[in-house]
Amino acid sequence: MNHRFLVSASGLIVLIAGMLLPTMPAAGQATSAAAKTNGTPAKPYTQPRTPDGQPDLQGFWTNTTYTPLERPKDVNKEFFTQEEALELIKKAAEVEGEQTEPGTILDVHYDFTQFGLDRSQGGFSLNLRTSMIVDPPGGRIPPMTAAGQKRAAERAEARKRMGAATDAVQNQSLSVRCILMDRDGPPMLAGAYNNNYQFVQIPGYVMILVEMLHDVRIIPLDGRPQMPQNVRQMMGSSRGRWEGNTLVIETTNFTDKTAFQGASENMRLTERFTRVAEDTMRYQFTVDDPATWAKPWTAETPWKKSIGPLFEHACHEGNYGLYNTLAGARAEEKRAAEGANKPSK
Amino acid sequence: MAVMHREIYQVRDRFKRSTIVPVAMATVLSLFATGAAGQTSTYKAPRSADGKPNLNGIWQALNEASWDVEGHAAAPGIVTALGAAAAVPPGMGVVEGGPIPYQPAAAAKKKENFEKRLTLDPEIKCYLPGVPRATYMPFPFQIIQTQKYIMMVHTFARAVRTIYMDDHKEAPADSWMGWSNGHWEGETLVVDTTGFNDQTWFDRAGNFHSDALHVVERFTATGPDHLLYEATIEDPKVFTRPWKMSMPIYRRVDKSAQIMDFRCVEFVEDLIYGHLRKQPGK
Repeated sequence: MNHRFLVSASGLIVLIAGMLLPTMPAAGQATSAAAKTNGTPAKPYTQPRTPDGQPDLQGFWTNTTYTPLERPKDVNKEFFTQEEALELIKKAAEVEGEQTEPGTILDVHYDFTQFGLDRSQGGFSLNLRTSMIVDPPGGRIPPMTAAGQKRAAERAEARKRMGAATDAVQNQSLSVRCILMDRDGPPMLAGAYNNNYQFVQIPGYVMILVEMLHDVRIIPLDGRPQMPQNVRQMMGSSRGRWEGNTLVIETTNFTDKTAFQGASENMRLTERFTRVAEDTMRYQFTVDDPATWAKPWTAETPWKKSIGPLFEHACHEGNYGLYNTLAGARAEEKRAAEGANKPSK
Repeated sequence: MAVMHREIYQVRDRFKRSTIVPVAMATVLSLFATGAAGQTSTYKAPRSADGKPNLNGIWQALNEASWDVEGHAAAPGIVTALGAAAAVPPGMGVVEGGPIPYQPAAAAKKKENFEKRLTLDPEIKCYLPGVPRATYMPFPFQIIQTQKYIMMVHTFARAVRTIYMDDHKEAPADSWMGWSNGHWEGETLVVDTTGFNDQTWFDRAGNFHSDALHVVERFTATGPDHLLYEATIEDPKVFTRPWKMSMPIYRRVDKSAQIMDFRCVEFVEDLIYGHLRKQPGK
């Protein structure tokens, strides 16, 4: 049973795609061989090709997951058993459902259960790993260098000087401002919903459409150099190549605005997409930033084949939430000031 | 073979062609390509793997339609501080067959839009530009063409259009960029787009439409580096009859051309939310 739900909120055109795919671990259905062994299929997978001979990654994908980037501190192993993983997903899904107690503020914002937005209702690839990070083997981001710690402290100090989150629009996160989301990355990481992507390939390019923010990554494969060092973009400058069946994307030229996990703008990111089964793609990424971490670190997470189409996510155009957050804070200040001016009895 | 031909062709481009093909040459090609009735030329574009005309590439309009799709003289800009830098460049217009056929009430609204353009033009707020406006804004866009999907990725606001070539559907809901179904008519890509909201404009002059907008676009290669772009605009709530605009579109042949990040939301935050900033001492 495949459904896409269209939700229209407050008259704005918000199209939120919810997906119900057949392999729903929480429902106790069988998971694919690829998922059971964490992205390595039991039988060798014959990679289809595009007409011009590229390994074919085209179609719709989702990277929805319950697996955290870093291993929880109370977990001391690399893999859960399938039973453990399913139990954790079930519990997490229950927590997501509880966000929508009828009559509460959160219930007004999004009803995750009703609209199929909680992650357990959508299709995703069951990952038995206890963390996305595979290197270092402890599953956690390595400690920062002294320079990295100094930069982190300076950033925190600068952020503090800007005031409260509701003081100015620039104090809000890039995602709240509809500027950049985790799904865009790079690296491309799932959020709580709308983790939907479309790959399109033509000679010389791979294009990845990100449903969230209608963002597009167009990756040239022709070996051209990265953009000049002085040309920096939030999503950096990405160049791709094929290594066997793996799409390798190198990205540099970041800005200071994304600072992925505390990285500097000189972070060098290497992403690897490998289709390991008809319905599964392995996504690996390596963060190399000597100014922040002494050694590169690597994470991986499976992406699952999904269904289309993707819809227009006009986030900025309908960002009433941001406007009202700021307007509400100013109204509260005004009310407080009026209260203070009232003569006391 | 088709692929090889194209690659050789691109290499040749990079060595021989200048950044923007001179306008005069383009005009000649365009005249050569279109007869009085807008009939397409005998030029046959290189083929994609599925045997269709290969329109892949980075393209850009080179005209003044972004300021006003109708013919117009030069005019001062609306931001005094920007002086000549923001003045309106003069243009002969891209609308065929006389002025845009507005219904009387709509003509009055167009006039009002123009007068209040500083606050009403959705471009200023970095909103998705709609169709056909996205095509002739002064930014490059990239066509990524496969048999099933043709993507048009615009620089401005990262607007993206998916043209569904074999899975034609009615628009599931209204949107800024509309819902596009496409098909090939010989050398021409025909794109039929509906499902628009009423929030986008055609240009900075306040030309507008309603949510009943229906756009039929025709993209025809008239030479290796030129497309003829035609858009028929139908909107029974706003116009008395369908009308058409047409223009050449040019390949960005510069070697380093790519769609770069124009994440303009960040540029309009002080404009939209600046008055909600906490004032010192409050």
